[in-house]
Formats: sequence, structure tokens, C-alpha cells
Amino acid sequence: MKKQNPPLIQSLQSLFSPIMASGTGEVSKKLKLYSNWRSSCSCRVRIALKLKGLDYEYIAINLLKGDQKSPEFLKLNPLGYVPVLVDGDFVVADSFAILLYLEEKYPQHPLLPKDLQKRALNYQAANLVSANIQPLQNLSVLGYIHEKLGPDEEIPLAQTHIRKGFAALEKLLENYAGKYATGNEVFLADLFLAPQIDGAVRRFNVDMSEYPILSRINEAYKELPAFQDAMPGKQPDTPPEARA
Amino acid sequence: MKKQNPPLIQSLQSLFSPIMASGTGEVSKKLKLYSNWRSSCSCRVRIALKLKEFLKLNPLGYVPVLVDGDFVVADSFAILLYLEEKYPQHPLLPKDLQKRALNYQAANLVSANIQPLQNLSVLGYIHEKLGPDEEIPLAQTHIRKGFAALEKLLENYAGKYATGNEVFLADLFLAPQIDGAVRRFNVDMSEYPILSRINEAYKELPAFQDAMPGKQPDTPPEARA
Repeated sequence: MKKQNPPLIQSLQSLFSPIMASGTGEVSKKLKLYSNWRSSCSCRVRIALKLKGLDYEYIAINLLKGDQKSPEFLKLNPLGYVPVLVDGDFVVADSFAILLYLEEKYPQHPLLPKDLQKRALNYQAANLVSANIQPLQNLSVLGYIHEKLGPDEEIPLAQTHIRKGFAALEKLLENYAGKYATGNEVFLADLFLAPQIDGAVRRFNVDMSEYPILSRINEAYKELPAFQDAMPGKQPDTPPEARA
Repeated sequence: MKKQNPPLIQSLQSLFSPIMASGTGEVSKKLKLYSNWRSSCSCRVRIALKLKEFLKLNPLGYVPVLVDGDFVVADSFAILLYLEEKYPQHPLLPKDLQKRALNYQAANLVSANIQPLQNLSVLGYIHEKLGPDEEIPLAQTHIRKGFAALEKLLENYAGKYATGNEVFLADLFLAPQIDGAVRRFNVDMSEYPILSRINEAYKELPAFQDAMPGKQPDTPPEARA
């Protein structure tokens, strides 16, 4: 396997200010996460890292300022999206890929059950969010809609996709949900649902009363430190007005 | 694990005519795939089933859906990982963790960042709000952005196929996406040398070619290859 460029990573570290999530004062950690406070995709990975007890260096990407479009960041992820995980000299982008990589490499606190059908259920719920909701209401798409149809179309469009996806999730999970999405333990599906529900409520004013299962499990997520510490309001780059 | 509703599956079977891909005349086989001939997501799963040597297909509306005995799973990515975990013959993922991650990343580049932004549903919305002339340009924009990213992602890894010299998960996502990009959206592949080259390699593989839109039980006559 060809190595990624260590010099690139060093020049990137000097470009973006590394913010220490763990606060031990160490400058170089093995794991680095390029993240944005508000990005639901970044939030999924932040939850996983906390659940697995993995220390990492938080490198903030300011999406509104366009950090993600810099040539240096595009070398890490040619799509220009957060999150990106750097593990030693290996770079992996895309939250789904990162989560599966973390699960395979760091098996503590498994994110997937052993039962094959329950795993498939988790993959399905995760991808319902990852492919059928989030990409249809991300910054990029909303910007296009803003440009072509005007700002008043943004929220309604996002709501349409979210509501369609949430209704499908209610059906998918109805025979399986327990304390959490797919039973009584936290698994992969929950890492995708928690940030999506949070965003739906905070940013897009979705009325959760139509989604009883999602509402209930969301309340359960609020009791979990690993989830709450990963939420947008508590990140190193959270702006003061959004800080929880 | 609670069972899915057998009555649902039976009513679905009576609603849609099961088309026997294998031609043996048996009505119920263990694996059933609800598929559409043109759907790139269905195509990914068809390739996997052919590589793992399952031949039964069934058409449906929301696609693809796999029924395995009394277990139902939808979403091509979920189906593919389920098939890989349950039927390990002809593995769709390498053993090396970094190479697996590369395959997941390439697969999701297509699955989350290209296909959902140019599927029937989205194109319908654009058609309604902005007119039919905006459909193809929008689809092309997303495809071209994704293909450019794939060229960068794969440049240090591609061999005969996307991530080396063996077929893996990334290829199952790329082949249908490239096929759709060319046939339906007139994307000029000359800007994407790696994708063009591996696409030619896919054309030599029966498992891939038999799974393509032009050769399905439900392919309309005018599209038949």
C-alpha cells in the first residue's frame, strides 16, 4: 500500500490550527480528525471516537470561510468534504468509510452487533441517512437551491427530504427499536441518527412529534456523554453564539 | 430478531410477476431480488449476486430489495455488506484494512455523493421547478465532480480495476455509475483516464456485463443489448 505524504500532513498541520480535544498538551497524536463543529457527518465520527475511547487531534475546518476548498485540504479529500481521518500516515475520508475503518481497526466498544440480520438493519438505517437524507440537504445542495430558486426554497426542500427519510426510518425500525434504534444497545445506526435528528430540529425546524420512535431514541441519546460531547454545541470550533 | 411479515412478501409476489432468470420454473427460491433494469443501485447488487453465483431476480418498485428467506433488506450498500458477510465466496472486500477503507470510500463517493443527486426523484423535482433543460446539466455537474474526485482518490491505487488488480466493492459501484453516466447523461469520459480504463476492463467480465441494464428480464425491447 503506497504511503500518503507525511510532508503534506505536516504542512497541513501548520495551515490549520490544531485544537486539542483531549487537552493533554501533546502536539502529535496518532489520530487526527479534520472536522467542522456543525457538520453532522463529522459528528458521527466524533461519537465513534469517544465510544471507542480513542484520543485524537481535532483540526477545525471552517466551511463558511472555505477552508475545505484549499488545495491542501483537497489533497486529503478531493471532494472537499469533512470529516477526514488521518491515522498515522493513512488518510481516509467519508464518514461511513471512516466508521467502518475504525470498527475494523479498533474493535473495542463494537459499533456493530454480531447477528448478520441486525448488522444489515444498522447498515440500512445508516445509509438511509447517509445517502438519502444528508446529501440532499448539505451546504452544497442548499447553496445551489439558494442560487437557482432563492433562499425561501432552502428550508422547505431540506424539510421534504428529512421528513421523507424520517418516515421511512419509523417504518424500518418499528419492529426493532428498543432503548436505541435497533435494540437496547448503541450501534452504528444511532451514530447516524443522533446528528441527523439534532440538525433536523436545530437547523431545519422539523416537527419531531410525527416521529415517535426517533423522538424517543433521541431523548435516550441526550443521556449519553459520548453522544452529547460530540454534538455541535460542544466542539473546539463552535462559535460563541452556538455554544451549549 | 423479529421476523419480517411473510404475508407482505406473499402479496408482493402475487402483485409483481416473478421473472425467472434461471429458467428452471421454480416459483420460490431462497433469495429474491426486487430490481429495475436501469437502476444503477440494483445493478450493483446484480453484479454481486452473479459473482457469488445466485441467479434469481424479481422486479419491484422501490429498488433494490433483497429477500433472503423471510429476511428483507433494502439499500444497495446494506445489501452488499449483508451478502458479503453471509455468503463469503468470491469476497467483495480485500483483507487489508486500508484497502478496505479505500473501497468503502470509493463506494460511498458514488452511493452518497453522486447517485442520490441524479436519481429519478431529484431529476423530477428539478424538472418541475426549473424545467427539463436543467436536468441533464445538473446530473452532469454532480457526476463530473464525483468522477474528478474518484480520479484523484484512485490514482495511487488503481490497477486493472479500481483499487488494484482484483475486483472489489468499489468496482461494483463504479461500473453501473459509469454506464449510466455515458448512456443516460452523455458524460465525456475522456477527462477520466482511470475510470475509462477500468470501465473497459469491466466490459470483459461476464458477471458485470450480464448485470448491466441492457440484459435484464425487464429491459424494454428498445434498450436491449
